[in-house]
Amino acid sequence: MLKLPVYLDNNATTQMDPRVLEAMIPYFTEHFGNAASRNHPFGWEAEEAVDYAREQVAKLIGCDPKEIIFTSGATESDNLAIKGVYEMYASKGNHIITATTEHKAVLDTCKHIEKIGGEVTYLEVNSEGLIDLKELEAAIKPTTILVAIMYANNEIGTIQPVKEISTIAKKHGVLFFTDATQAVGKIPVDVNKDGIDLMAFSAHKMYGPKGVGALYVRRKNPRVKVTAQMDGGGHERAMRSGTLNVPGIVGFGKACELCMLDMESDNKRISKMRDRLEAEFLKLEEAYVNGSREHRLPHVTNISFKHVEGEGLLMGFNKNIALSSGSACTSASLEPSYVLKALGLGDDLAHSSLRFGLGRFTTDEQIDYTIEQVSKTVLKLREMSPLWEMYKEGIDLNKIEWAAH
Amino acid sequence: MKNNFKEFKLYTIMSYSDKVIDHYQNPKNVGTLDKSQKNVGTGLVGAPECGDVMRLQIQVDEETGVITDAKFKTFGCGSAIASSSLATEWLKGKSVDDALKIDNMDIVEELHLPPVKIHCSVLAEDAIKSAINDYRVKNGLEQIKFQESVVH
Repeated sequence: MLKLPVYLDNNATTQMDPRVLEAMIPYFTEHFGNAASRNHPFGWEAEEAVDYAREQVAKLIGCDPKEIIFTSGATESDNLAIKGVYEMYASKGNHIITATTEHKAVLDTCKHIEKIGGEVTYLEVNSEGLIDLKELEAAIKPTTILVAIMYANNEIGTIQPVKEISTIAKKHGVLFFTDATQAVGKIPVDVNKDGIDLMAFSAHKMYGPKGVGALYVRRKNPRVKVTAQMDGGGHERAMRSGTLNVPGIVGFGKACELCMLDMESDNKRISKMRDRLEAEFLKLEEAYVNGSREHRLPHVTNISFKHVEGEGLLMGFNKNIALSSGSACTSASLEPSYVLKALGLGDDLAHSSLRFGLGRFTTDEQIDYTIEQVSKTVLKLREMSPLWEMYKEGIDLNKIEWAAH
Repeated sequence: MKNNFKEFKLYTIMSYSDKVIDHYQNPKNVGTLDKSQKNVGTGLVGAPECGDVMRLQIQVDEETGVITDAKFKTFGCGSAIASSSLATEWLKGKSVDDALKIDNMDIVEELHLPPVKIHCSVLAEDAIKSAINDYRVKNGLEQIKFQESVVH
């Protein structure tokens, strides 16, 4: 049976798995202790629960539980990693390398670093959204202390060649940090196989609760340290002070365990639905997939429907289908998605894009419904679009002198 | 404070009024007039890079100076589509001189456009003026110089 509304914005956040909620509930009321209370059973229970969750999280990414620093989410982890490394390794250098398609939590943190005297190189990406490894290597200099490249992109799902990036970083004695918010729990991520030194990720992108995330900080080969960004009780190996969010952490652990269990079967089902959705949309004229189709998360597709505008398109069905657009109109600024622009897409195509993010709870019926509704709206709006009419008449839209607006 | 927040949410999240939704779902006068006709004026404003392009056309009875038909096609968000749809409705039956009096704020009021969507109404006003100028030039009249709109 078709369940409405359809949620296809799983890159923004995911529905919490009921099994996760179940695990969390006792830690709100019954076992409410502070994990740092060392001298009574309430504290012991909480600490035990946190330790168990730490193991669950560590298992998912193949690290030692001691290497997990719990935070409030990926944004905090990004800040802690970049600012923390910048301060800790100040004697070694002040140069950071990142990419133009990173999440704002990384880009804005890098802007902050520039303001306080650091130097940042922003690598461009190709039309698939991938960085050039030669450019990366060429950008490394004696003062470089950190390479910060995301694992998978939030708008287009492109997966960067993480292993190759870490090999280059290691060769030059530079630390490698990756924002893996979109990847962890969705595809196999192993910090040792991938050669990652620091990694940010978050519970709510993998069917866990909001407000909890982690920063992986390598302890061996090399031993990595970050300067704490908040002063306080010295929790989390003195890297992140603040009373631990016990129920959140318990939920995070459970979510990781479930992802590990279900990843393979989930991905098989989800990628099949994604491919079907994509194939149907590509049957429409002038529809294009943005970013790499080969190196991509299994649950994402970002498609531009040329000559119709994204927000106008969303309005046709957004009561029943939850989606995001790269169009400017959906954001406060009037600029369309900087990620799509970085791929070399014209502003017009960026304005015409929709991001479909499927998830564990997406059904085949919902995909059928989405195909039908989106296709219908695209056709309807094209009948209303002057650009579509001109395109059909064979007019080159790039040769028209548009009134400055 | 609480009320302010509510209002803010209404503006940013539910920015479509019933009238905008109605025009979006049942747009009036979508279509194309023969632009080679002497009594047809065409205005094409906006740019694909900005996410809005409006084409508005008027057909004028040369004897009376009354607009007998108006059509539009718009690439843009729901508010842009609604603004142009409403503009064509208002244009029909008006004299060209009266059509020049249509102000973008009239459209804002009628459609209850939130501040972030005012540019859609400006574009519709520009489209009207541009169509009228096209008609005037075709008929040997001088172009009217309009002051640059502020909200671009």
